[in-house]
Amino acid sequence: MSDLLTKTAAQQAELIRAGEVSGEEVFEFWRERAQDDELGSYLWVAGEDGGGELPPVAVKDLFCVEGVPSSAGSRILEGYLPVYTATSVRNLQAAGANVLGKTNQDEFAMGSSNENSGFGPVRNPWDRERVPGGSSGGSAAAVAAGTAPWAIGTDTGGSIRQPASLCGIVGLKPTYGAVSRYGMIAFASSLDQCGPLTRDVTDAAVMLRALAGRDPCDSTSIGLPDEVPLPSAERLDGLRFGSWGLEEEGLDAGVAEVCRRTLELIEELGGRVTDVDLPSARHGISAYYVIAPAEASANLARYDGVRYAYRTDDYTDLLSMYEHTRAEGFGAEVKRRIMIGTYALSSGYYEAYYGKAQQVRTRIVEDFRAAFEQVDFVVTPTSPTVAFKLGERTADPLAMYLSDYFTVPMPLAGTPAVSIPCGLSEGLPVGFQIAGPAFSEGRILDAAHALEKAIGFEGVPVPA
Amino acid sequence: MIDRDQVLHVARLARLRLSDEELERMPAELSKILEHVERMNRLDLEGVEPTSHVVELQNVMREDAPRPSLPRERALQGAPDAADGGFRVPSPGAS
Repeated sequence: MSDLLTKTAAQQAELIRAGEVSGEEVFEFWRERAQDDELGSYLWVAGEDGGGELPPVAVKDLFCVEGVPSSAGSRILEGYLPVYTATSVRNLQAAGANVLGKTNQDEFAMGSSNENSGFGPVRNPWDRERVPGGSSGGSAAAVAAGTAPWAIGTDTGGSIRQPASLCGIVGLKPTYGAVSRYGMIAFASSLDQCGPLTRDVTDAAVMLRALAGRDPCDSTSIGLPDEVPLPSAERLDGLRFGSWGLEEEGLDAGVAEVCRRTLELIEELGGRVTDVDLPSARHGISAYYVIAPAEASANLARYDGVRYAYRTDDYTDLLSMYEHTRAEGFGAEVKRRIMIGTYALSSGYYEAYYGKAQQVRTRIVEDFRAAFEQVDFVVTPTSPTVAFKLGERTADPLAMYLSDYFTVPMPLAGTPAVSIPCGLSEGLPVGFQIAGPAFSEGRILDAAHALEKAIGFEGVPVPA
Repeated sequence: MIDRDQVLHVARLARLRLSDEELERMPAELSKILEHVERMNRLDLEGVEPTSHVVELQNVMREDAPRPSLPRERALQGAPDAADGGFRVPSPGAS
């Protein structure tokens, strides 16, 4: 059974289909792995058998699963048991992938290191003194460490791709609207999107097929126009790649070096590499850290101690109940973002911040549109650095925000992007990001597949 | 830049009670973030339409068919203080 550890999720599904192993055995194998996790990846592990046609999936805590603790990494939702299940999770269940466990995350998906979880940090399996990235840090660490065959997360400004990069796995943020947001505990509704964190590109395609679809419960969902084909490309002939960001200030030299080698590899595979400029994307962080907190400040108004979860004991009237419940239930980063968002939306400041950020967003959409007239894909480093040390950036929120420099422009434009591991710097994984126009997931994954084969990245040495 | 009085005002709008330590720390911390955000003022945005949403969908319709809604007990099951089939809260008028 232990050889399941060396198999991708798609390969395990093949074994189940061929009758070489039962779905129950596969589930039990992963349940034991998940229970033995030592990295803080899980907040809850399934107790019962749940064998299906696909291996089970680790689910970021912010997805509502009926009767299963779903807290979005926040103390304010501790003990909350949803009365319904997110559409994305139901779609996975319908395809034969049951819930293996709920994974740790930054509180309400606000963070880039998983250190903002209300339930403790997650450690990076490559180096336990380092962060796994965030906000889907538990999902990324679990897949990288082999305590989950695959996982889902959400990406608002990089929360799938950045932890995938820091943990040396594949992470895909689909086009906005490809996957239903129904049942995802909301952070920033115009940006949030669910997607896979997997060992390889093929698994990402297999999972995306199950996830995507229009959902009457999410009127912004569209699904994908065509079923995503299983990636098969081994060459990149005739494809044009626009490189962005390798000269940016703040990009670690080791990361830049590994990414440059990947660009050379693209050319060896027949692809053409040119530089592209995304002049407004440089201001993505500024726009993002207005728009996301603004939307969050509205979405998080519902945590007021009335309808679910935590209520303070310390109150004299309704107002003090609200104020104390929120003061005690939310962590420091969530409070900071609620403050920024409320300020940016407040009378007298709305135009200067929120209005302007929305205009920058238009500019970024135009940047990508112009780029995709010249090239098929825009490629960048996923994260400016490799995994950093626990505690290294907690005292400086702005330094933490800059971790998302290369990943925020895509959700602002609504376009899809994948991060694949492309090598090591200082012994730690480097992620390479491939972005394409809306609904180009099939082409992105096909190109990523060819590159993945050529790179031949080997995962974290999994402890026995 | 955001000063202590503004921080207090915004916290009140957000229904957030700040501790003395938070009130001490936040003006400088938020100002630093806002200063970075204000770099977007370097862009010429004259006449640029704002984008609130990237999906160009309008009037998404679904069938208007009746279906059972969540039973009341289930809707109340997560409430910190449910009573008489509703959510009990202190009186807004009490002091």
